[in-house]
Amino acid sequence: MSKFKKSGGNELPAISTASLPDIVFMLLFFFMVATVMRQNTLMIDNELPYADQIEKLDKKDLVMYIYAGKPSERYAGSAGTQSKIQLNDKFADIKDIKPFILAERASKREELIPFLTTALKVDKDTNMGLVGDIKKELRDVRALKINYTTKKGEATSN
Amino acid sequence: MAKRSAPEVNAGSMADIAFLLLIFFLVTTTIETDSGISRKLPPPPEDTEQTEDVILKQKNIFVVEVNRNNDLLVEESPMQLKDLRASAVKFLDNGGGTGVDGCKHCKGDRSPTSSDNPEKAVILLRNSRETNYATYIAVQNELVAAYTQLRNREANRLHGIDFTEMEANLKDPNYTGDKEKLKENIKTIQLLFPEKLSEAQPKK
Repeated sequence: MSKFKKSGGNELPAISTASLPDIVFMLLFFFMVATVMRQNTLMIDNELPYADQIEKLDKKDLVMYIYAGKPSERYAGSAGTQSKIQLNDKFADIKDIKPFILAERASKREELIPFLTTALKVDKDTNMGLVGDIKKELRDVRALKINYTTKKGEATSN
Repeated sequence: MAKRSAPEVNAGSMADIAFLLLIFFLVTTTIETDSGISRKLPPPPEDTEQTEDVILKQKNIFVVEVNRNNDLLVEESPMQLKDLRASAVKFLDNGGGTGVDGCKHCKGDRSPTSSDNPEKAVILLRNSRETNYATYIAVQNELVAAYTQLRNREANRLHGIDFTEMEANLKDPNYTGDKEKLKENIKTIQLLFPEKLSEAQPKK
């Protein structure tokens, strides 16, 4: 009767891992599609505050980003610990905002210029003085549409 | 020799390669936030060409002050952030005016010491240079919420739908209704409670 003898004792059969690559590929494709490559490398801490009365910014090409916050640890040595403005990929001064806005405007088609919005991505530990200065510069170049970028959440948790 | 099938490529390491890529994308993904509170700045002073100073009655101004320690001072008395929205709604919705200044849609107390009507009511936000940005955003958020709350109420009364939903419909390309009409309805409601949020120069 050796024909019917179990060959491997009572070991459990191995679970087939043949579908593992499929599952991993599925996840991989999800992340590949969902990834948005950052336009700017942030050199500052950028922890956004919370708010719930928010509007979504669509048309990404019509948005100009101004970042502000304390320089992150890597740059604290060279840039200090005071809150700073970042435009594109480098630290900037208050007086650099005007040329930045004008350059952004010049790069857009003329009929789109009235729809340009400035998104202020400001760290929540920044003083309002710096934000006020930025707003004053924006007023002077008539970039009046602004958006305080925030995360969605209860404002009281700030 | 009998027929020989082509040797199969070993696909055992495919999972490893896929995992490697997966981990790379997992690490580099940053979900970008692209939403926030939209505001409009006033035009620079030289634009307005010294139009005669508009004199506002004290009772039509709702002063919100945030000091350097992030404390709120509303109408000269301290207040918690959580009470700000209700108190702003109360001020805007007061409708204390009579005659031409009257307000038919207001449901407030009609107190003579508070605002005449929403058209005249102005919220003045003043902050110090040392105020924290997070607090400022929270205050802005509460004030915008007060307007939204009142507009929602009016939209529900007139059209049976939330104001926020009307705005969402206007942006929605798949909306089947009449967009022109919707736009007009939104405008009328905005005029019932116009957003008059002014910001003073910060004190040093």
